[in-house]
Amino acid sequence: MNPAPPLLTLEAITCGYDPAKPVVRDLSFHVAQGEMISLLGSSGCGKTTALRAIAGFTPLLSGWITLQGQTLSKPGFTLPPEKRRVGMVFQDYALFPHLTVEENIAYGLKGQPKEAIRATTRDLLHLVGLESLGRRHPHELSGGQQQRTALARALAPQPALILLDEPFSNLDVDLRERLGLEVRQILASQGMTGILVTHDQHEAFAWGDQVGVLHEGNLRQWGTPFSLYHQPEDPFVAGFIGQGTFVAGTCIAPNTVRTAVGLLQGRAAPFQPQEGDPVRVLVRPDDVIPDPDSPISAAVVRRAFKGAATLYTLQLDSGCQLQSLFPSHADHAVGERVNVRVATTHLVIFPNTGPGATLECVPSSLIQ
Amino acid sequence: MTHSAVSGWRWSVLAWGFSLIILIPIGVILSAWITPEWAVWRHLVDTLLGELLFHTLLLLIGVTMWVLILGVGLAWLTAMCRFPGQRFFDWALILPLAMPAYVLAFSMLGFLDYGSPLQGWLAHQFGPNGYWFPDTRSPAMVVFLFSLSLYPYVYMLARAAFLGQGQRMLEASRMLGRSPWGAFFHAALPMARPAIAAGCALAVMEALADFGAVSVLGFNTFTTAIYKAWFGLFNLTAATQLASLLLLFVAVAVTVEQQMRGRARYFSTDGHAPSRDRIRLRGLPALLATGLASLVFLLAFALPVGQLLVWAWSRLDLDLDGRFRDLALHTILLGTGAALLATLAALFLGMVRKRRAGERATRLALHLATLGYALPGSVLAVGVMLTLVWLGKGVDGVFGTATSGVSTGLSGGILALLFAYLVRFLAVAMGPVESGLERIRPSLAEAAHGLGSSSWEVMRRVYLPMLRPGLLTAILLVFVEVMKEMPATLLLRPFGWDTLAVRIYEMTSEGEWERAALPAIVLVLVGLLPVILLVRKTGRSGG
Repeated sequence: MNPAPPLLTLEAITCGYDPAKPVVRDLSFHVAQGEMISLLGSSGCGKTTALRAIAGFTPLLSGWITLQGQTLSKPGFTLPPEKRRVGMVFQDYALFPHLTVEENIAYGLKGQPKEAIRATTRDLLHLVGLESLGRRHPHELSGGQQQRTALARALAPQPALILLDEPFSNLDVDLRERLGLEVRQILASQGMTGILVTHDQHEAFAWGDQVGVLHEGNLRQWGTPFSLYHQPEDPFVAGFIGQGTFVAGTCIAPNTVRTAVGLLQGRAAPFQPQEGDPVRVLVRPDDVIPDPDSPISAAVVRRAFKGAATLYTLQLDSGCQLQSLFPSHADHAVGERVNVRVATTHLVIFPNTGPGATLECVPSSLIQ
Repeated sequence: MTHSAVSGWRWSVLAWGFSLIILIPIGVILSAWITPEWAVWRHLVDTLLGELLFHTLLLLIGVTMWVLILGVGLAWLTAMCRFPGQRFFDWALILPLAMPAYVLAFSMLGFLDYGSPLQGWLAHQFGPNGYWFPDTRSPAMVVFLFSLSLYPYVYMLARAAFLGQGQRMLEASRMLGRSPWGAFFHAALPMARPAIAAGCALAVMEALADFGAVSVLGFNTFTTAIYKAWFGLFNLTAATQLASLLLLFVAVAVTVEQQMRGRARYFSTDGHAPSRDRIRLRGLPALLATGLASLVFLLAFALPVGQLLVWAWSRLDLDLDGRFRDLALHTILLGTGAALLATLAALFLGMVRKRRAGERATRLALHLATLGYALPGSVLAVGVMLTLVWLGKGVDGVFGTATSGVSTGLSGGILALLFAYLVRFLAVAMGPVESGLERIRPSLAEAAHGLGSSSWEVMRRVYLPMLRPGLLTAILLVFVEVMKEMPATLLLRPFGWDTLAVRIYEMTSEGEWERAALPAIVLVLVGLLPVILLVRKTGRSGG
């Protein structure tokens, strides 16, 4: 049986103001009804441009975008934003300062009978928990309340899809997490599909059933948060997501690599090395565990207490530095020596080529 | 602690004392309502009042309508759209602000009048009666010239509001189902409404206060009537009655302006100015946009300046004489004196506000002190004169002398004129001085004291250098305003103290356009300085 046709399809879209230097290149993905998607990347990676292409503010140089089978954009044709049935929550909320909360929500409900508008507005105020604040003006609201108003306003015309452009970045860290979950729940309760753009991986992982990692206008990987962390498909994603160290080694047998931190075994991906191939293996902090019986000894260089665990930076005698997440009660001072072992069930492996190939270890964040 | 509380209390008393002095001229005029002289009123009603009211209403309605259309339309085009010449017009359309209405009026009259090169050419082409030409002194022409001169107030405020809203708001509106035009009418325009209304009120206040342009155009309003009552009939009572009526109109305008300015601040968002996402006009719309902007710029600035230059050049060797040097000297002396006075007063009031802003009473005093900007020059002149007459009587009474040299000396004096300028232009100086003071946080003085500076040293090494740009801007702005001021100068100047503006009045009232051109072009050129400052400060909208 065929799966249901996707709600939104981006097929090989390229867009940007200067055709010689497009901001987004050859980007494709599908979004199913009710799915939550994150587009993750650092600033300038093209994620906002991609979102604005879906919204209809950026024309396409090539490729096409369809929503529910209807073509929204293709080269030479851009359906105006107001005709797309796409809602948007802006980073600065863009609430109309001259209108009250109710009037802001009702703004997109033109042409309906007054009673229906009032009912919809009331329902939405209830949905976002602002029943008592309907008559306030935006400047009389807290950041979180403005955020909820913006969400209700975007939902009011019953769009097929909601776009969220870094909507939580103006909030306190504490509120950001809480509101992120709340907004996600509200959208899910309406069966709404949501595409969130962010530079914050925690936010992207908390939001997205699927996460797309963008870099320099290209989609580097599309997958679940688990697969992005544990099965990165290229060195950039491996370095961008989470922390870790690339350790140089040599393949001595299928799924076995000899390195300075011992013999590592596990199913190799995405690169399947042949015997004798020079490779790099990604070692995550959670792969490095304390083991008094291990022959590998290292000195504590730095420590960062994180509550439930402590992140240690350890230096081997060779000078190679590893990061390691110890249980919180394993308390070691800087300079102290500890014995560790690298425990892997699967190996994230890339060919060892290019600059730095002779280095024994490279922090993963440097491979970008 | 006690010490600072006492000195703080003194600040408030000083502020109130100062405001009351500033308010005396207004109070004196309003007192005309307490003791009305019915005979004078009846005479006014029988003779003038109907025409004055009709003309004033006509000006109010016509100017409001046209500055709205020109100001908002052009602001929208240059702030939000892209069309050929948009970057140039963005700032060039502010330039007419440098041109006093009376200068625009007489140079356009010279350009359009019967016997002008334009009409000469038309007559040559079509015969003396073979073409239609609008009546250059009709009420429609008056409204048209005022609108050309005053639209920049609306243009600037509306432009700032549109740029301040940023692109986000329009995009939000589009995402909620509005077309680009729908977004303009349902989001951008309502949000800019307070700013636009404030601009309109400013334009109307200018139109009500104008004396020079309506004199040139032979269009009777309250200001010309006040002048005639004073200089023609020597009837200060009638002048006062007329001034008190004009004040009513001004009060309405100033109330609207004050209310809306507050709300405009409250509606502004710190949006990002659009750079790439402007509405790109092509074909006919682009042509119309460029055409409209060019036409307005041409009529409101380029043509009159060109005309003035031609006239001034043709008479340069005749007009650029010792007399002109005296005119310039008087203008500079009065302008500098008033500028220094107003800036010092603004610095004083600014310091009071910095220390005592928490008290409602002090805030009110400061607010009242700056209301003089709304007073038409002729009304102010009447108020100052009445005050001096009253003072003179007081002095005479005490010393038992009859109408003596004291009162006439005072009433004709430079001091009266400087005081009038101070009342009128204090608000102009307040703006830059206050924004300078705002940047000085208390921690700066504390840091300087912590580094071993005495109070005097803090003043010299921290406050003054930080305030210098603001103070200089204030001096420049007031200087230029004083230079352009016509009615109060005309009514209050001591004998022999003619200024450039007075010269322009004298020459234009005799129809000698060419001879008014040299002082006018000087006014326009110097007047461009603050406009350039303004353009640089508001920044280009990019693009």
